[in-house]
Order: sequence, then C-alpha cells, then structure tokens
Amino acid sequence: MTCDWVPKLDLYVDGELFGSELTEVETHLQACPTCAADALSRLQLKRMTQAAGRRFSPSREFRARIAQSIKSEKRPRWAWRWAPALAAAAVVLMLIPAAFWLQHSRSEQALAELADFHVSTLASANPVDVVSSDRHTVKPWFQGKLPFTFNLPELQTSPFRLIGGRLTYFQQSPGAQLLFEVGKHQISVFIFQNRAELSRLNSGSSLSRKLAFNTETWVDGGLWYFVVGDASPSDVHDLSELLRSANR
Amino acid sequence: MPLLDRLYNFAHWLTHNREEAEDLVQETYLKALKGFASFQQGTNFRAWMYRILRNTFLTSRSGLSLKMTVPLDREEDAIGQPADTPEAVLLARADHQMVQSALERLPVQFREVIVLCDIEEMSYQEIAEIAGIPMGTVMSRLARARKSMRELLEEKLRGASK
Repeated sequence: MTCDWVPKLDLYVDGELFGSELTEVETHLQACPTCAADALSRLQLKRMTQAAGRRFSPSREFRARIAQSIKSEKRPRWAWRWAPALAAAAVVLMLIPAAFWLQHSRSEQALAELADFHVSTLASANPVDVVSSDRHTVKPWFQGKLPFTFNLPELQTSPFRLIGGRLTYFQQSPGAQLLFEVGKHQISVFIFQNRAELSRLNSGSSLSRKLAFNTETWVDGGLWYFVVGDASPSDVHDLSELLRSANR
Repeated sequence: MPLLDRLYNFAHWLTHNREEAEDLVQETYLKALKGFASFQQGTNFRAWMYRILRNTFLTSRSGLSLKMTVPLDREEDAIGQPADTPEAVLLARADHQMVQSALERLPVQFREVIVLCDIEEMSYQEIAEIAGIPMGTVMSRLARARKSMRELLEEKLRGASK
C-alpha cells in the first residue's frame, strides 16, 4: 500500500516544504517507518548525485578566454545606461566589487545619511510605527501616507522576517522605511519616488567599508530602493532580490 | 568567476563533451553581454544565465538531435510513487562512477532537471524559469528522472553483484 504522504517526500528532500506543511511531514516521518525509509533513500540518491555530479570544471585556458571575451565585449556607453545590470553581472562574473565606477562623494554622503536613519531607528524604543510581520498589514498602512505604493515579497520561504515599517523623510520627500530581520541582524529598506538626484546615488564599496554596512540600491517602477544593514552582503543581496521579484 | 564553474558543469552534463561545453558557455556569455537589454532588473540573474545556456544548447546541433528522441508523455504518473525502499541498502553501494554513468544515460530532459535540482541546488521555481515549464512539470519530471536513475543504478548493481 502506498502512503498518502509519498508525493510530499521529494518536496521534503528538496527543501521545498515550509511552515506547517513541513512540520506535518516531519511529524509523519517520525510515525511512519515506511515513509522514513523512503525519504532516506531519496535523500541518499540526492546526496550521491550531488557528490558525483560536480564533476566538470573549466580549464585555466578556457577561463582566461572567457574573461578576455567579456572584456572585449564591454563598451563604455553601457556603463551609463546599464550600470545596475552591468554591476550585477560584474559581481557574478568577475568577483570584483561592482559599483566602483559609481563612487561619488556626494552620493556617499546622502547614503550615509540614510544609513544614519537606519541606526537611529534601531536605537529607538519604538523603531517602527506599524508593527507586523504580515505584509498585508504593513503595505496598506502606508496608504494615504505616501504618494506611491509598492509591493512586498512573500517571505515565508526565506530566512527574512518583516518587523514593520515607518514613515520617513529624505531630501524633503516622504518615503517608506521597512525593517526586516535575518538572524540577529536587522536590515532597513528605504523606498522613495525616484528622482534624478536619487537615481544617481549608488552604494559603492567604499561606503560599505566606511560604514561597515552592506548596502544595495536600485530603481524599479519609478521607485528608488536603498537596502542597508549589518547583515552579510549575501543576505542584503538576497533580500534585495526578493524585493525586486515582488515587483515582477 | 563562480558562475562560470557552475555553468560549465551544467553545459558539460548537457553536451557530454568538453569542446561543445566550452563553445556553449562562451556563446552564453556573449549572448548575455549583448542581451543585457532583455535582462529585466529584479529578476533572477543566475536563472537568466542558465536559461540562455539551455536555449543555446537546444538550438545547437546536438541539442536539436536530442530533442527529437525524448518521450515526454505521462509525466504526471511518476509523482507519488514510492521509492523502492528495500533498495536503499543496495543503492548505498553505488559509487561515483555508477551514479555518473546513470546520469549520463538519462534523456536530456531528465538529466537537466536532476543537474539543476540536485547538483546546482536550484529551487523548483528557478528550474521552472530556466526550463520554461510549470512547477508541476518540474516536479513530475524530477520524479520520473529519479525513478529512472534508481532503476539504472539497481540494474547496474544487480549486474555487479552477480
């Protein structure tokens, strides 16, 4: 007889179950030896495949060839228009801090100001005006308070937790500050209507070094986003990715 | 260049061939650089690169010839079938080489989901994006692919133990 839970086992092994569904399957696995053995066998195969599958790596010559062809393809005019995309690519492709060509002291100053907001928020007894981990509570709270609206991502499948949000002002414009938590670290996300002055602001590596914060900025759908926190660069990036994906 | 290593491994599993894998990866990078305009900011960059690689492969000669020969009907049937648990002990005896050759023998549509899920550790959502198929198809294809893997390994192990 096939147990009703069998269809869930691949999902369990692949880490695709979350929340109550995950708890349910785990509880069942403790009670059902057949499913436990089945899950173990699936896990075993997955592990073996993983170990055996990382098999091919590029030769040094090929690596150099690729690096060369990337270099020769780059054209300066892109730097202006596709700076954010190129920056993302450069991080991934070249493992060099991407935003180095966008370092402006003015931009640094402005972003440092926002980073200060983040710090003073954390220091405050009431860091957020709307306290909720539910994006369906936080988002509507800003309605009527801001001249724009934004989307928040589903966080259930991520290590991030929404703590809440507050209204903030930056360069005489209202904006949203959202506070997220990952592990023991807190990350602020600032959202403002995009203006020419804002879109010029880009978080360079020197800013991160100076402030010991990791940051990310981008413009999407007429809104300017700034993510700042003392969490790891990959956490800041992952949260940024989630926010961007929410607007897709 | 961490993505280079991963893309190359994926390319090699698709093509079975060093030269073809190199060509495939190089073409992927060139297309990616030329096509930044089509990369929507905020979408998954890694998945975007894999998708380019995969599409480039499918339109290459070896990709086209493979595409014709894969049966893709009745994908739903595989979900919910138990892994034959008594075989777990047997499976434990499989070595790297056996697993590799089993994976090599899988039809490319199965091989790619296994490589993406188990080796590249992508989520179902990412795999769906890369392969341009719904999540449900990702799941059923994975289930079928794993079933085939298991069968191939068991066959091999039984042969070896005789």
